[in-house]
Amino acid sequence: MSISLSDVKRIASLSRIAVSDAEAEATRAQLSGIFSLIEEMQAVDTGGIAPMSHAQEIVLRLRSDTVTETDQHEAFQRGAPQVEAALYLVPKVIE
Amino acid sequence: MFNSSLKGLSAQLADRKISSVELTREFLKRVGELNPVLNAFVTVDPEASLDQARIADAMISSGRAGPLTGIPVAQKDIFCAKGWLTTCGSKMLSNFVSPYDAHVIERFNAAGAVNLGKTNMDEFAMGSSNETSFFGPVKNPWDIKAVPGGSSGGSAAAVAARMAPAATGTDTGGSIRQPAALCGISGIKPTYGLVSRYGMIAFASSLDQGGPMAKSAEDLAILLNAMAGFDKRDSTSLERQPEDYARDLEQPLAGLRIGIPKEYFAEGLSADVEKAVQAAISEYEKLGATIVEVSLPNTRLSIPVYYVLAPAEASSNLSRYDGVRYGYRSANYRDLTEMYENSRAEGFGAEVKRRIMVGTYVLSHGYYDAYYMQAQKLRRLIARDFAESFEKCDVIMGPTSPSTAFDLGEKGDDPVQMYLSDIYTIAVNLAGLPGMSIPVGFGDNGRPVGLQIIGNYFSEAKMLNVAHQYQKATDWHGRMPNI
Repeated sequence: MSISLSDVKRIASLSRIAVSDAEAEATRAQLSGIFSLIEEMQAVDTGGIAPMSHAQEIVLRLRSDTVTETDQHEAFQRGAPQVEAALYLVPKVIE
Repeated sequence: MFNSSLKGLSAQLADRKISSVELTREFLKRVGELNPVLNAFVTVDPEASLDQARIADAMISSGRAGPLTGIPVAQKDIFCAKGWLTTCGSKMLSNFVSPYDAHVIERFNAAGAVNLGKTNMDEFAMGSSNETSFFGPVKNPWDIKAVPGGSSGGSAAAVAARMAPAATGTDTGGSIRQPAALCGISGIKPTYGLVSRYGMIAFASSLDQGGPMAKSAEDLAILLNAMAGFDKRDSTSLERQPEDYARDLEQPLAGLRIGIPKEYFAEGLSADVEKAVQAAISEYEKLGATIVEVSLPNTRLSIPVYYVLAPAEASSNLSRYDGVRYGYRSANYRDLTEMYENSRAEGFGAEVKRRIMVGTYVLSHGYYDAYYMQAQKLRRLIARDFAESFEKCDVIMGPTSPSTAFDLGEKGDDPVQMYLSDIYTIAVNLAGLPGMSIPVGFGDNGRPVGLQIIGNYFSEAKMLNVAHQYQKATDWHGRMPNI
């Protein structure tokens, strides 16, 4: 299966990954190879088979609605690129 | 000492022939000597390691020692360890100092083990050769022109070169078993859900599973006893009674039924690997096992299924790396979207970006049923193949990898060639079964060959028994590379 350059740019945009035109061409060739491999799945008739999302039949556990965590924002924010007054700083979104 | 079993080291510590501080210093010295060649470790912090060794020595002095107290263990750099750089092999996390411990790290700390350092790995565990690491590839201690396998290649090389008595790994599609095979060591990926994923940096959450890597099955049992166990912070952690994985090591193998899947000995398997694996199976027959032919007809499909499901889960898991809360942020951006796009473009390597894009595509509108749903249906067929096989046998055996370690750079720019090298390991993750690899000889090029042992759910004690009995009758696991 072959994908187009505009497909690559659309996927990259959805993935929030910047790609230059030169990168997009190389990526197109590699992704086409991967999708050709994936395409092999289509030859199998899976009618009547239930999808399997997980290896174990797991029932989600519930917990009581109580506070269990302590405030550790200083420790957690120490690795952040930009913090001020305990807030993460990002470029302005609203004018 | 460097080739000693964990039991041997523990006895020396108990008898005060050596202290944990001395033992840790010896291994740190060996790491210092060999790491410039092998690149197996990305972080060592001698002071932090020796602090833990001092605590261990105090535990030993006061009679509170367990089987791992004072033993240095190398930790794959996917496990968050408080105060340690935890990079996952990525530029994205190259400055990330973890503020907390993974469950696995907590377990080792509680056992009194010493964190010897963090081992190199394929970026975000995506790779089969360790060549995708931001910190450069690891070299195979048996031949430094060869890859160590991946993604837990640093851990495998560290144990193979006897830079560490034991190490941890994680396995999403073969990342413990394949590097164990290529480096001539033993490794086990437990049943999905046995080892907590808390603090283990996520790749594909329905497949990721941590496990130990060591010189022998006996050592693996001791390590798995420490690593496995319920943890409420992982929603897929299984609530089971704790068990002693070493309890059956000495059971005889008479009557053991070994299933041999014909698909694992078909086209694509190197002749030298086949020869070593067949010799190992013959050894098992001498030990009293019987051989049963089984079939895993969907083996070939496990690769496309995996390369839909794992990237789909990865694209979701890795969306957290946005340059806001932690990790790398680009210096070049004009607005928020550009900040995301440039941070991710610059912070991730090529393979990680490819997989995020594949995952994004298969989950996108209009393609979901054709790819993601179809892959999940095939996943059930693959799991069924195993269930039917296990009605006829106790364990399944075959090669871990179709060839011995390939040369660095050999698989080049074609990701699909690399993906095909995981053909025997991937299906085990899709089914959630336990799988292990033990060394059973060498190929024509002198590089190690691994035997894969696949068990039914929760049969780790049996698998370790099967591996241990072979290791008592042979000495492949005791061989050391000449480095």
